[in-house]
Amino acid sequence: MEAEPVTGPVSEMRLLIIEDDRESADYLVKAFREVGHIADLASDGEEGLAMAETGDYDVLVVDRMLPKRDGLSLIGVLRDKGDRTPVLILSALGQVDDRIKGLRAGGDDYLPKPYAFAELLARVEVLSRRHGGPAEETVYRVGDLELDRLSHRVARGKDELTLQPREFRLLEYLMKHAGQVVTRTMLLENVWDYHFDPQTNVIDVHISRLRSKIDKGFERPLLHTIRGAGYMIRDGLR
Amino acid sequence: MTAFGKLIRTTAFRLTLVYLALFALFAASLLGYFAWNTRRLITEQISTTVTAEISEMIDIYSRRGLHGLGLTIESRALRPGANLYLVTTPTGQAIAGNVGSLAPGVMGSSGWSETFYRRFDDRGEENHRALVYVTQLSNGFRLLIGRDLEERRRMFGIVAKAAQWSVLVVVVLGIGGGIFVARRVLRRIDAMTGTTRRIMAGDLSGRLPVGRSGDELDRLAENLNAMLERIEALMTGLKEVSDNIAHDLKTPLTRLRNRAEEALAKSRTEGEYRSALERTIEESDGLIRTFNALLMIARAESGQARGDMVDFDAAEVANGIHELYEPLAEDDGMVLRVKAVAAPLHGNRELISQALANLVENAIKYGKPAALPLGAEAAAVSKEIWIEARRQGDQVLLSVTDRGPGIPETERKHAVERFVRLEASRTLPGSGLGLSLASAVATLHGGELRLSDANPGLVATLLLPAAAGLPARLAAQTADVPQKAA
Repeated sequence: MEAEPVTGPVSEMRLLIIEDDRESADYLVKAFREVGHIADLASDGEEGLAMAETGDYDVLVVDRMLPKRDGLSLIGVLRDKGDRTPVLILSALGQVDDRIKGLRAGGDDYLPKPYAFAELLARVEVLSRRHGGPAEETVYRVGDLELDRLSHRVARGKDELTLQPREFRLLEYLMKHAGQVVTRTMLLENVWDYHFDPQTNVIDVHISRLRSKIDKGFERPLLHTIRGAGYMIRDGLR
Repeated sequence: MTAFGKLIRTTAFRLTLVYLALFALFAASLLGYFAWNTRRLITEQISTTVTAEISEMIDIYSRRGLHGLGLTIESRALRPGANLYLVTTPTGQAIAGNVGSLAPGVMGSSGWSETFYRRFDDRGEENHRALVYVTQLSNGFRLLIGRDLEERRRMFGIVAKAAQWSVLVVVVLGIGGGIFVARRVLRRIDAMTGTTRRIMAGDLSGRLPVGRSGDELDRLAENLNAMLERIEALMTGLKEVSDNIAHDLKTPLTRLRNRAEEALAKSRTEGEYRSALERTIEESDGLIRTFNALLMIARAESGQARGDMVDFDAAEVANGIHELYEPLAEDDGMVLRVKAVAAPLHGNRELISQALANLVENAIKYGKPAALPLGAEAAAVSKEIWIEARRQGDQVLLSVTDRGPGIPETERKHAVERFVRLEASRTLPGSGLGLSLASAVATLHGGELRLSDANPGLVATLLLPAAAGLPARLAAQTADVPQKAA
């Protein structure tokens, strides 16, 4: 654990946290600053809207229930004005239909409370990259691992790898976010399109199968387990 | 509100008043029609008799002259109940008949007229009404024959009286009947109101009285009772949940607290603190999972999750869950297989997937074959878990079959309840909510979760009502194929 940093080498982000509960807000600001990001704080909907409109933020973290203006309406106003800054909605309402409501209102991701900070951080980093990141590439490369999204070909060095369709999509998602932590829930949502919480370590088993195909027999592992958070694909030396 | 005030405010009483007005109107028009027709009939009868007598008299006059006519008239005029007769000279002098005086001008105009008259022998002051016919004889003599209209007047009086009485009877009967009906209804409504008050006060076991007549009030009471039944069941469920939450969540919370306390009291090194904190996080994650599952069950049971219903194929769900859990099962030394035939469903795809996932997780956890020495072939069979999706009539069956120890028949119903972990499974991790959630999801979709014997093993089946026709989404997918190719 000590040897593995919780975050990957993601560049510094400017975040705006709009949250009315002082204690959770302070905790978030502190936690984001500790991992090297800049985090501003707004404690109600109106203040949050004003700051979001004037400041140049990479990601907004918005609580759903806010004084003066609720989170969903805040997002609505921003989107109406053409502001496409990625928004992650935090909410105590964690049910499937609440999530759908949040995403429909213009949110980019939805995280029910209570959440693990590692999960929030991983999601925010993925969102931020989406914001300013490169266009979807045809070929993903991590170290000597190569994935061609069009021909569905995967190779490591000179070895061609045979992956099941789902293993391919799993690897594709990991490589798309290479260098970033992806959590089990993110994998379940994005690779399998399920939004429930399995009681078992079902994702770990898929990862270990994938790992045995792409890392087994190679000197340098690429697929890393980030304890307490999730997984990351990364060329160890970089 | 006074009892009377309450009574006259009832719908029954007001309806009675409306009916009363309608009936009174009906009776009045009936009597009016009757009176008018009677009058017409009497008038007609009089005019027929008079016309006949006039022509008879003209005949007598032409054969026997004025003298003969006078004699005939005089003799007829003296009969009791006789008609009215009058013969006048051209100068207006009365020469025969029983009419003493007439309204002026009557003798002057020929034809029918209604007039006042007085009999020759009448000493009273009163004028009578009569219908008369006047005709001119030759030589300027004039003949009047008429009939008293007293009969017609009396007839009219009778009808008018009948009308008065019948209206009175209708009103009395109507109001009386109205009060009777209104009181009857009011009594029943009051009984219902009393019961509902008791129920509102907290006695949920109260039920409305249902009569045997099967009328609209009985049907209403039956429906309200069914509703109360459901509310009571929900309330009981809620109470059970809160009891269970109190009981089953307190255990991990206590554990959490004890660990934190222990760490504070004993830990010396950073590593010890760290591991204590890690276990705390693990424990609280478990708690959050349990909470989420409980919320999900509560929402499914209350029907709140109904909003997100779509058409989809049960086979897709079965294949998806198979794909997700197949490696996990293999890691656990089991073999997860799927047999899925297209079966259209309409519902919450996420919830149904989760319900099936729970059944599969249960099968993997508890479906391990009993540790008896078996032949190699039997062992291979007994490691299999089958996910099956198929249509049976108008139902879609999503089932998970394992070859484990199964659940004894007597315990199956119990197994679906919240937090129940059968004796055999106490030592394995889990919240005890998997089957409850699956069952709540099935109920939400109008189906059920059925546990049965696989001889040996357990079959857990979600029986769901099939969607009518091909799901729209599947049709759309089929239509998409050529587009993608092009």
